[in-house]
Amino acid sequence: MRAAIASAALAATVAGAALAQDNTIIQIERYRQMLQEGNPAELLVVRGEGLWQEKRGPKNVSLAACDLGLGAGVVKGAYIQMPRYFADADQVMDFETRLVHCMVSLQGFKREELTKTPYSGAGQRQTDIESLTAFVVEQSRGAKIAVPQEHPQEKASFDRGRYLFYMRAGPYDFACSTCHGVDNQRIRLQDLPNFEKPEPAQRAFATWPAYRVSQGALRTMQWRLWDCFRQMRWPEPIFASQATVDLTTYLGVRAAGGKMDSPSIKR
Amino acid sequence: MKKSLIFVVTIAALAGCETLYTPPTEQETQAVIKAGFRDRGIAKVERLNQSELQQQCTKHGNNPPKDVRARLEKAALATVKYPADGNWLGDFKLGERIAQTGAGLQWTDSPQSVAGGNCYACHQLSKAEISYGNIGPTLYNYGKLRGSGEGVARYTWAKIWNTNSFNACSSMPRFGDAGVLTEEQIRHLMALLLDPNSPVNK
Repeated sequence: MRAAIASAALAATVAGAALAQDNTIIQIERYRQMLQEGNPAELLVVRGEGLWQEKRGPKNVSLAACDLGLGAGVVKGAYIQMPRYFADADQVMDFETRLVHCMVSLQGFKREELTKTPYSGAGQRQTDIESLTAFVVEQSRGAKIAVPQEHPQEKASFDRGRYLFYMRAGPYDFACSTCHGVDNQRIRLQDLPNFEKPEPAQRAFATWPAYRVSQGALRTMQWRLWDCFRQMRWPEPIFASQATVDLTTYLGVRAAGGKMDSPSIKR
Repeated sequence: MKKSLIFVVTIAALAGCETLYTPPTEQETQAVIKAGFRDRGIAKVERLNQSELQQQCTKHGNNPPKDVRARLEKAALATVKYPADGNWLGDFKLGERIAQTGAGLQWTDSPQSVAGGNCYACHQLSKAEISYGNIGPTLYNYGKLRGSGEGVARYTWAKIWNTNSFNACSSMPRFGDAGVLTEEQIRHLMALLLDPNSPVNK
């Protein structure tokens, strides 16, 4: 009898704690909705558009001749069909990799210079890569994610990306799938999308790049992967490396059909 | 004549579609992955060289066949170093701090920085902390439900030191075996879980 009362009391306290947590989650959701009303990324979209059209670099040309997979200079709907295979580079590239390729081959920028600091630091001005990304991704808003899987190299990119997604390594034995391969998992109160399922995969892929309020900056897909690997206690992923492109190919194919809604705004 | 023409056309059609795709080998894939990372601070590329445990867990989707599981669990249990002085419990207040802290072993951490256990990232512990994750089971009332006998203490210590001792390919890090936490820190976490006065057992 006493045990029964004790366990009933215990059940009540656990339920109370769960209720407090539910309330917190509701409040966080309300905060997220409030954020949607004004997204500072809009300013970056404008800045990025200016950078795209401006004659820049040692060769003093604009990016009008940059082919993102739909023909020279076509930006509308370009983001949702990347990563893809590019014959001129004979490799699968994600948007950021392709952008660097264009800035180097067309405008004459130095690759090492561009990729040394691709992400802006706290309180710093956003990098050109970040601004250009904001502009180009905005031109795919509302379009359906359609990362191609036709060329053998696109399939190889997907297969390597899948392998990387499930690979356990580092001192903590973490894989991407540790957090992103199961339904309804959370770190603290942060929901973790399960990339095994189309709906959460679509929602996650469609909302990156995102303006991160806590950092006061727009963050790209390359940054998203980079910061995950830091928390996984892996070594540092190299910006625009084939491995990072492959992982994005895997995630993008998983998210097929999702409606692009980026740049989004997140906590 | 007609037959051989059809044959040639068929071959050409096959060559034109995706049947020629050969997936990359595991070796090729690993080479591309390793080339995509670099040393930064304390986080070296050698961290991508998988241990036997990591290889087997990856290969079997974290659900290894019975014989492999038994082998991995036996090897994991053999890594556990129990406290030499037989002193299992430290200070639960310090344990709570370790459970709240997530730093350690990232490329942004210095070699001198003390790592935390970040237990709340995945587990519920004290009732007061409502910001907890759910990747691991709730540990609220852990000691209250299990008692504080030598057997429970021994099991809990081994679980923190190397979680694979009882559940090969668990998602939890090997806090003792991987050198994340010191013996003293684990003692404080033990108190957080097992001390009757710990908020976990209130």
